[in-house]
Amino acid sequence: MTNAGSGRATDDYAYLDSASSEPLHPAAREVLLAAIDQGYADPRRLHRPARNARLLLDNARDVVAECLGVRREEVTFTSSGTQAVHLGLLGLAAARERAGRVIVHSAVEHQAVHHAVEWSARFGGRAEVVGVDAVGRVDVGRFIEAATGPEVAVLALQSANHEVGTLQPIAALRSAGLPDDVPLFVDAGASMGRLPLPEGWSALAGSAHKWGGPAGVGILLVRRGTRWVNPFPVDDRADERGVGFENVPAALAAAAALQAVLAERDEVNARQRELIDLVRARVAQIPDVDVVGDPEERLPHLVTFSVLYAAGEALVTELDRIGAGVASGSACTSSSLEPSHVLAAMGALTHGNIRLSLTRNTTRAQVEHLLDALPGVVSSLRAEVGLS
Amino acid sequence: MSATEPGLTLDCRGKACPLPIIELGRHLGEVEIGTILGVAADDPAARYDVPAWARMRQQEYVGELTAPDGVPIYLVRRLG
Repeated sequence: MTNAGSGRATDDYAYLDSASSEPLHPAAREVLLAAIDQGYADPRRLHRPARNARLLLDNARDVVAECLGVRREEVTFTSSGTQAVHLGLLGLAAARERAGRVIVHSAVEHQAVHHAVEWSARFGGRAEVVGVDAVGRVDVGRFIEAATGPEVAVLALQSANHEVGTLQPIAALRSAGLPDDVPLFVDAGASMGRLPLPEGWSALAGSAHKWGGPAGVGILLVRRGTRWVNPFPVDDRADERGVGFENVPAALAAAAALQAVLAERDEVNARQRELIDLVRARVAQIPDVDVVGDPEERLPHLVTFSVLYAAGEALVTELDRIGAGVASGSACTSSSLEPSHVLAAMGALTHGNIRLSLTRNTTRAQVEHLLDALPGVVSSLRAEVGLS
Repeated sequence: MSATEPGLTLDCRGKACPLPIIELGRHLGEVEIGTILGVAADDPAARYDVPAWARMRQQEYVGELTAPDGVPIYLVRRLG
């Protein structure tokens, strides 16, 4: 065993997959532990424990609204980011059935959007998919053309791409003549907490565990005055858009995490942006590597690249062995054996793919450790198949 | 011989990504410059990765044919 004796201690392990899930923020942990004993009761009841739970839930909603610059009645806690996407997108569509059933969306939306649109087909929903350029940015002209087509119910566009980090041109679409009378759903799951919300949305979704809140808390925003109809069986909860018993402690912890990440955002973003620039520059020096996504107009914490002649699974396994946890969009790492639809739509290489996303605690030393090891990992994988 | 007739076709049926692309890389040198090399591959990633490979390796992606058994044959022209 050549690696015997050189094993790295667990706390040296560099978890570089915050785009899948950011570790719980210390502020969220503290609030979660305090709220877990207080927020158990049904916030709709009238007794004292219920009033306590209601107070905590209202407080969570107020904090989220203030952090995001929206009205408290526009905020709904859901049981996941995926559920917030489903409710937001399909609820806007349901309110527009008389106008049409077409959902216009980019080719690089999160699977939650793609699956919601596929599901809507059983009620007559149809997709109009708009392509992207080589960095993954939707074509403004073609998006507007599709948006002004017949029978369009709703438009869907992410704030930033979850796999490659490219920001979508929502402001540019508005100034280029995106119709005001068709509702826009924005999946802000990849950027919420990290970047300010884009403007001009009718409904918007986010996910707390992507910014350091607990899993199982999604945020659905529906703009006041927007027509929205629950597309699923309704419930009788504290919030008319909410479904199921509220996870009050988790919602409060999510709010606390959001408040904390906003307070440290400028410093963290600047640090992460610089480290990602470093990764992009160093990885580009390895022969036959496709560094993907917009180098400037991007999320601060994330980069994706694809390594020719290497399997994504093998790269992830080798990097895990040297103490770095990364994700891959390659088919061999997915359950469906289909490559990432994002990389495919961009014309990027889909095999040998690595997505690296920094946490708020990622250090330069951790990133450099990975960068120092990567060329050797790549050349040994290529040597195994006789291509070096 | 038509303009899109491959001089050599690699049979990568049943091979998962990145094996069809590895085969392309291994066998490109076996065709003359200007000649088309085909790769028959049923792996879904090949549809995207053959053109991406051509872009990264400065070769020309020509398009795809369908083999008698329905498997796509992706075509690249060797430029160098």
